[in-house]
Amino acid sequence: MPDTEKFSNVPEAKAVPKKRTRLSLVWVIPIVAAVAGVWIAVTKILEKGPEITIVFTTGDGLEANKTKIVYDGLTIGTLTSIKLAPDHTHVIAKAEMSPKTENFLVKDIKFWVVKPRVSGLNVTGLGTLISGYYIGVQLGQSKESERSFTALESPPVGGDVPGRFFQLQTKTLGSLGEGAPIFFRQIQAGQVVSYELDKDGKNLNVKIFVQSPYDQFITPDTRFWNASGVDLSLTAAGLHVQTESVMSILAGGIAFETPVTDSPQPPAPADTTFTLFNDRTTAFRPPPRDPHTYLLVFKQSVRGLSVGAPVEIGGIQIGEVTDIQAQFDAKTADFSVPVTISVDMAQHGVKLLNFPKSEDRAADYKRIMDTLVARGLRAELKTGNLISGSLLVTINFYPDEPPATMDWSQVPVQLPTKSGQLEAVEDSVAGLIKNLNKTVTNLDETVSGVRGTLTNADKLLTSSDKLMGNANNLIAPDSALNAELNNMLQQGGDAAQALRVLLDYLERHPEALIRGKTGEAKP
Amino acid sequence: MSENLPSAMDHGLQSCHGCGLLSRPAPGAEEGRCPRCDEELVFRKPQSLERTMAYLIAAAVCYVPANLLPVLTTNTSGGSESDTIMQGVVLLWSPTGWPLSFIVLFASIMIPSAKIVALLYLVFTVKRGSIQNNAQRVRLYRMVEIVGRWSMVDVFVDTFTVSLIQLQPLMSVEPGPGLLFFAAVVVLTMMAVESFDPRLIWDSAAAKETKREVQHA
Repeated sequence: MPDTEKFSNVPEAKAVPKKRTRLSLVWVIPIVAAVAGVWIAVTKILEKGPEITIVFTTGDGLEANKTKIVYDGLTIGTLTSIKLAPDHTHVIAKAEMSPKTENFLVKDIKFWVVKPRVSGLNVTGLGTLISGYYIGVQLGQSKESERSFTALESPPVGGDVPGRFFQLQTKTLGSLGEGAPIFFRQIQAGQVVSYELDKDGKNLNVKIFVQSPYDQFITPDTRFWNASGVDLSLTAAGLHVQTESVMSILAGGIAFETPVTDSPQPPAPADTTFTLFNDRTTAFRPPPRDPHTYLLVFKQSVRGLSVGAPVEIGGIQIGEVTDIQAQFDAKTADFSVPVTISVDMAQHGVKLLNFPKSEDRAADYKRIMDTLVARGLRAELKTGNLISGSLLVTINFYPDEPPATMDWSQVPVQLPTKSGQLEAVEDSVAGLIKNLNKTVTNLDETVSGVRGTLTNADKLLTSSDKLMGNANNLIAPDSALNAELNNMLQQGGDAAQALRVLLDYLERHPEALIRGKTGEAKP
Repeated sequence: MSENLPSAMDHGLQSCHGCGLLSRPAPGAEEGRCPRCDEELVFRKPQSLERTMAYLIAAAVCYVPANLLPVLTTNTSGGSESDTIMQGVVLLWSPTGWPLSFIVLFASIMIPSAKIVALLYLVFTVKRGSIQNNAQRVRLYRMVEIVGRWSMVDVFVDTFTVSLIQLQPLMSVEPGPGLLFFAAVVVLTMMAVESFDPRLIWDSAAAKETKREVQHA
């Protein structure tokens, strides 16, 4: 390096100790950790779904951070806290929903606790015995967003199943309960949702759900009837057994059917109210058209007559018994039974021919009735079924009956009755029984006579038996008689032989008869 | 323990980390190798405080998700359930299971946090040149060093559980993201302990002493 000398006057660079400003590589680690932490935090925050509040009536089976909100088998949220409401009447639960569930959370979304339930014959939620209760969700239709909800007591019926709700009105519930099946042609088509008394407590309103497609078959004409259990009725017409299915026998149920008409009606709108009839027969009875109520006062026993018993004319039903009571007249000291009947010719399909088409239909009707009664129209009780002894009311003409008139001022108007046929039958039956009794007594005497004869015969037989025994003794091989007889016979034989010898000798020596036996002549 | 005993560095000597051999540093070069075991020789661990701080900060950062995120996800037929460490402690807490619950609480929650706090304390005191409680600080360091690895128990238990309980479809256990962070906390604190040079504790004391002597002089 020769140039060093040359540039000796050139200033030398200043030596500055190296500053250690460089960050150590180790700081990468906390930076990485921080980045990872922040990333996790950010994703957590982004993942965080909306928080909602659900009010339950009871916190039974609910657990914070455990109880899930499940829709269609997928968890869409978890309860995060469960607190008692300030007034201690219910439980307020907070739940964190999964992200992107905001559009689910609308006003009419429904929550309920899924737990084991038995309704009717349906057992649901058995899985929750193992997994614990969870919260079921039914999505709503509303567009309005909402964050606080009240849980239902029981799962909503129908759920997402398409169908419609209807109302049924009935006087008694029978064996129906929530969840009771509804049958259409013996297929389960829906179920009872709930029932409640109406305001005045006279009727029950049963809310039912009929799932699609069966709901289309419900028209304003459809009849609903209680298909609970076995419908067993013993009426004047005989024994009726009717049932819908084994399930309905056990759990009760409702059946419906739409009468076939020429012009099918459009399906009934949802929440239409129908009447729930007691049975199919009642359900399909045509609606009353022109009912007239009459009072029949019977002096005879009405045992066997029931409300609903038919009123017939010539074997055709024209009405039914609606009420049976009893009354006592202190003046005449008489018991009688007023029976109210409702007659509706039009309802039962009786054709009215040549009926006057005047304005005052009621007056016409009265006139006609008066004529009929004058001609001898009487109501009487008849036995409809001999086995059950049930009675029915028949209306007949008895022109020979003492004349009667109708007092139209009474409500209901009294129709003259004839207490006849039944009592006559009773009398003849009584007579028959009396005769039968007599015959039986006679028969008894005869029988005792026969018995005497038989005793004698018995005696006879006994003595003859004895006789035979004696005879038997006599001829037995070891009896004395036998021995003697043998002896006698032997001696007889000997005698015969002696005689033969004699005769033989005599033949050869006939002289012997005179001379006697000589010595040389030997047999 | 005496406060200011002469250290090897004071005499310009280096002690080997591997075999403890005292040697003179190689002339000229700043770092040499141990003539006996060929270990790199340094007077003090390079950038000890800085590294320890870095590891500690990383551990502290990881400690948050480690405790907030679930470490185990249990899938049963009834649904899946994720538990964080603290939930596990609560779950184990019962009249008979409380010792187990305590073990988890100590090993998994208290020890890692205590380690971080203890090391932070050591780093700050050394940085400040504190000369107080040297003996205690050294003892603290030893304790942190010994106890630290036990936190790993939780990670091992979890991994064993995950591999053993795979009763599909009845039940299965899956590791949660928290487990990773938890393992990171344990490893990072161990590295922080490793990178901290306890000799710095009494170096500053000696330095102060020297300063005082100089001032007196």
